[in-house]
Amino acid sequence: MTTTSPRKRRTKDSVTTDRYARMLLIRELETEAERQYKLARIGGYCHLSSGQEAITIAAADALEPDDVLVTGYRSHGFALARGVSPEAVMAELFGRRSGCAHGRGGSMHLLDVERRYFGGWGIVAGQLPIATGLALSLVRRGSEQAVLCELGDGAVNMGAWHEALNLAGLWHLPVVFLIVNNEYGMGTSVQRASAEPELYRRAAAFRIHGERVDGDDLEASLETCQRLLDLARRERRPAVLEALTYRYRGHSVADAGLAYRTREEIARHEAADPLKRARAALLDQGVGEDELEAIERQARERVEAAVEYALADPEPEVSELAVGMHAPGSAEQFERMRPGSPFGELELTFGAGLGR
Amino acid sequence: MTYREALRLALREELARDERVFVMGEEVGVFDGAYKVTAGLLDEFGPDRVRDTPISEEGFVGAGVGAAMLGERPVVEIMTLNFLLVAMDQVVNHAAKIGAMFGGQVRCPLVIRTPNGAGNQLTAQHSQSFDQYFAHVPGLKVVAPATPADAKGLLKSAIRDDDPVLVLENLRIYTEKGEVPLDPEHLTPIGRARVARQGRDLTIVAHSYAVVRALAVAEKLARERGLEAEVIDLRSLRPLDMETVAASVAKTNRALCVEEGWPTYGVTAELAARVQHACFDDLDAPVERLGMAEVPLPYAKSLETAALPNEARLERAALATLELVPA
Repeated sequence: MTTTSPRKRRTKDSVTTDRYARMLLIRELETEAERQYKLARIGGYCHLSSGQEAITIAAADALEPDDVLVTGYRSHGFALARGVSPEAVMAELFGRRSGCAHGRGGSMHLLDVERRYFGGWGIVAGQLPIATGLALSLVRRGSEQAVLCELGDGAVNMGAWHEALNLAGLWHLPVVFLIVNNEYGMGTSVQRASAEPELYRRAAAFRIHGERVDGDDLEASLETCQRLLDLARRERRPAVLEALTYRYRGHSVADAGLAYRTREEIARHEAADPLKRARAALLDQGVGEDELEAIERQARERVEAAVEYALADPEPEVSELAVGMHAPGSAEQFERMRPGSPFGELELTFGAGLGR
Repeated sequence: MTYREALRLALREELARDERVFVMGEEVGVFDGAYKVTAGLLDEFGPDRVRDTPISEEGFVGAGVGAAMLGERPVVEIMTLNFLLVAMDQVVNHAAKIGAMFGGQVRCPLVIRTPNGAGNQLTAQHSQSFDQYFAHVPGLKVVAPATPADAKGLLKSAIRDDDPVLVLENLRIYTEKGEVPLDPEHLTPIGRARVARQGRDLTIVAHSYAVVRALAVAEKLARERGLEAEVIDLRSLRPLDMETVAASVAKTNRALCVEEGWPTYGVTAELAARVQHACFDDLDAPVERLGMAEVPLPYAKSLETAALPNEARLERAALATLELVPA
């Protein structure tokens, strides 16, 4: 039931310049996001995933176009990995009209319906029951697709984890729960939070396959994600995959990230940085230093262009404040609610597109 | 046809009409439904369309949310409204947020139907009306049928709606009988109140079981005192049909708002605020409110009866609104 990753079917060529470029894009975009946050162009919560790029790209690349992705709130990397443009991500972080959630979601609620990325969710473990429903819909339609549900290590102590895994096991749902274990839920380490700190073992309680992988190893992560998603698609076998990784930055940009860990600990992880590992593997493969430097330059340029785009993109119209909240056709249902409504309500909701 | 049978007919018609519709909840299948609303549907539609769940409200309400996001039409039964609190996060912080938070790009056509209601000595944890908790939330729609016809018509409207809708049923009305339109395309529109009884002296605004109480009291007032109360059955709490309420109060100049739950911060509080604003020049007396006594409901029958907005209390409140007895 619970095994460690067997590392077979491991192919050297899974570390490609394309994947390196996309990992780098995540790193560069998030580094820039922190800078823009400090310039007060980005607000709210802003959770960075620097250090987690390998498992992020591996998970996204193991998905087929029709598979469904759902994640927690540390969502920039997954959005980019799934193919959302840096412009749409940065515009969303800036709260602009052509952000991927039209300026309504921000950092935690990125999505892309076309690419079947159904959100960025902000309540720890809230996306887990939803993932079972997404998988149930796939089953009802007889499609051989799977759901990948990302969660953090902090989510496994929520009741929703228990309920969702029980449903997934009971109903044989095609869903892979990917625990991105970056060692801390905010500032509380896994050891201080979980009575069973080997998180993948907890799948056994639901007779679900559990497995652990080095999430900073791109090849191993890709192979494991592909294998478990295949089982979900073909045999409707759910799984829990625990990917061991580390985040260099604090829980969010407001957290210096040093109250609960040492600089030495961070430095130790940075020495084995997944980007450095991928870069070294590419050099081993014979990719030239020039080519890698060009990739690195392009990633920075791409992020600069995204910032320029977001700055130029208009803010959403206040006259559209209530658009989208209710389905088209709902305006008629709400029409008779006007008499006696609170001050400003007519303008701010009815006049601003309620049910339009 | 009873209210319960009307609900069942609505489910049967919609299951037959649309493959995307499925029913899910505790004991809805093999057990025939804790309150028998889904009786026989498993045999008719099979276990994929009528899906038994473990006792796991947060899990299966969330599963309903996820399925709805991909275009299914889940109808999730919660055994009683009291148990919806453990799934509150999925309802309030997930289902209700999807439309707005994702910029209108995803919809959540989820129906949650659940009975509530006090009066059977079910005591503190099983006798509550949380209607306002949900009607408070932008992004949700909340309906509360008081008659068999509306039970069918509103449940069908909810299932066909593209937004999350909470359908509040009531245990004490399940056995009430009434005429029910048999046309499968007959729907009760969401956001439209009903004038349940015409009157000129006083407007009683109510929903769900309070409508049944209000109608009984209105008949008594007419019979014994020649007073004609107009009874408005809200049918829908969000959207709220204030036009119908305001038109009635403009006619009667007096309003009594009644609910089964606690009135503080309740549905009647919302009504009173809107009525005083919309009908300021029409009112001859302060807007009056009546609800359950503000205690966790006790077991002893005598105490339970005293705490509920029973007909004797409702009659006194009506007379107080008419300034015929002290408030």
